[in-house]
Amino acid sequence: MGLSVENLTVYYQTLRGDVQALENASFTVADGEIMGLAGESGCGKTTLGHSLIRLVPPMRFVGGRVTLNEEELPIWDSERMNEFRFKKISIVPQYAMNALNPTRKIGKMTQELLASRGVAWQEALPELKRRLDLVKLPHDVLDMYPFELSGGMKQRMVMVISTLLNPSLLIADEITSALDVSSQKACSEMLVEFRNQRCCHSAIVITHDISILYQIADSVLIMYAGQLAEKASTEVVIHNPRHPYTRLLISSLPTVGVRYAETRLSGIPGSPPVLLNPPDGCRFRARCPVAFDKCLQVPPLVEIEEGHFVACWKEGAADAEA
Amino acid sequence: MLKLDDVSKVYKVGTFGGKELHAVRDVCFDVQDGEVVSLIGESGSGKSTIGKMILRLVSITSGSIVFDGLDIAGLRGPALKDYYRRVQGVFQDPFSSYNPIFKADRTFRIIRDEFFPDVALPVWNDKVDGSLRAVGLNPPDVLNKFPHQLSGGQLQRFLIARALLLDVRFLVADEIISMLDASTRIDVLNLLAGLKARGLSILFITHDLSLGYYISERAVMLYRGCVVEMGPTEKVFFNPLHPYTQTLMACVPSLHEKWKKTGAEPGEIPSEVTTGCAYYNRCPVTQKDGCCTSARPPLIEREAGHYVACCYAQGG
Repeated sequence: MGLSVENLTVYYQTLRGDVQALENASFTVADGEIMGLAGESGCGKTTLGHSLIRLVPPMRFVGGRVTLNEEELPIWDSERMNEFRFKKISIVPQYAMNALNPTRKIGKMTQELLASRGVAWQEALPELKRRLDLVKLPHDVLDMYPFELSGGMKQRMVMVISTLLNPSLLIADEITSALDVSSQKACSEMLVEFRNQRCCHSAIVITHDISILYQIADSVLIMYAGQLAEKASTEVVIHNPRHPYTRLLISSLPTVGVRYAETRLSGIPGSPPVLLNPPDGCRFRARCPVAFDKCLQVPPLVEIEEGHFVACWKEGAADAEA
Repeated sequence: MLKLDDVSKVYKVGTFGGKELHAVRDVCFDVQDGEVVSLIGESGSGKSTIGKMILRLVSITSGSIVFDGLDIAGLRGPALKDYYRRVQGVFQDPFSSYNPIFKADRTFRIIRDEFFPDVALPVWNDKVDGSLRAVGLNPPDVLNKFPHQLSGGQLQRFLIARALLLDVRFLVADEIISMLDASTRIDVLNLLAGLKARGLSILFITHDLSLGYYISERAVMLYRGCVVEMGPTEKVFFNPLHPYTQTLMACVPSLHEKWKKTGAEPGEIPSEVTTGCAYYNRCPVTQKDGCCTSARPPLIEREAGHYVACCYAQGG
């Protein structure tokens, strides 16, 4: 059960060639698991999330296989994916402000959305009201226009709508990035609550803020320049990372209690490669402090402990080949 | 060196400007030489407006901002230009700070044309090189490039280098690292700290509490345009006295500690203007009474240098 992705490769078509935004991604998300997906901007995390639900040009499906609850998702065929969208797999987009139709009352919009999936409004209404209570929104919001709501309220409203049909998989794309710290906490806790109440079975939370993932995610997948770097349980990724990129990334995060005068943090020198013509082998090679000749080949994602996958020649990949 | 005295800003809003929006109310604080003060608040708390008022990008409705004994509101012509030699700002989005059809180093040329027309070109080029090196860039790598050829971190450092070309003593850094990636933002932050060591004062405007903690000596917490708490950073962060600061600190995601299950109410900013404490409607303190509603609580010094604006400040 749950989601399983094998060797998913997605490129962006541009006039100057393909941007290799996602290369050979393989991972699983168990039923009931909240998986965090983190990385710098341009690392392919949003591409990965969106390719699972709406793969349209300029995105181009190159290869791979995605199964959800042992049923293959035809992600390369946008028409056939319609069967799955909203019912089986749903998304909370990055900017909830733009997700709601500004010319419709929220209730009306939800009604139209449900009708498009053949769900009767009257049947769904009691559950909708229960969910609104769950996220502490008054029932009046259904008679309001989106502009009457604050950013945090809109974000929660979109979460309620996205999960109304109990999707097996929810993709939450940067849902907390535009919010203030207090709304951020409320919104993240609601996502966990939704999972606990089985409003969505499993979730992929895409964010650049690893400290949020530490609070809510069961496992974390770190990406770098279109390649998967490391996947493990949250505790392991934060406190015992093995991939050099994850280590440097985690150690560069400021947190309350760390001061410049006492502990000087350092960033990662260099910048991510351009994915239009990415370097061969491990794409972190140029910035990696422990890179060696072998890194000219792409390291496979190897399970070094139970549930802990790392793609690095220095960490387990070499043994796997031997 | 910079002192804000009862500064307020009222924006006219509505179709014909008939309504008033109090963005900043009676804010007082100061920034000393070589000090980093972080100005922390949620969106809509007026933190950017304060930065813009210091930079004279918006006018001050009432109160005064004094820089080195000079009220900046009255500055005109050459005096204003002289002020900009010493006070500069860097803003959130490095990508929109440049004109994309010109090369990025045009910003340096504009500075020369405006402020240093008498400096000979070779001397000027040396100065540009020096200031780029000061922000950790290698001049041959970054000069003569278009903005899209440089990364966000590089562009942001470019802007800081631009400010350094002038004889800046005060920098308004408005959310300068929120658009940057985790791996590069810390370098920009370290750069600011390095500049501080050279005597530059910085007003660090942010909504990210951990960044504010990392770099600043003093913190000023804003809520709906009012200063609710200010003081030395450790005291504000580890001994918050205002209920708002306490709620905020409990919400900061950390890598060492999981959130306590407080069931924090999602923070909504109520729109109506009250005469009393700005935080009244959301305040979790139970013993609210007339003291909270009759007038805005004044900032009271609870410990050395630690000011709180609350009738019922807890702890201490």
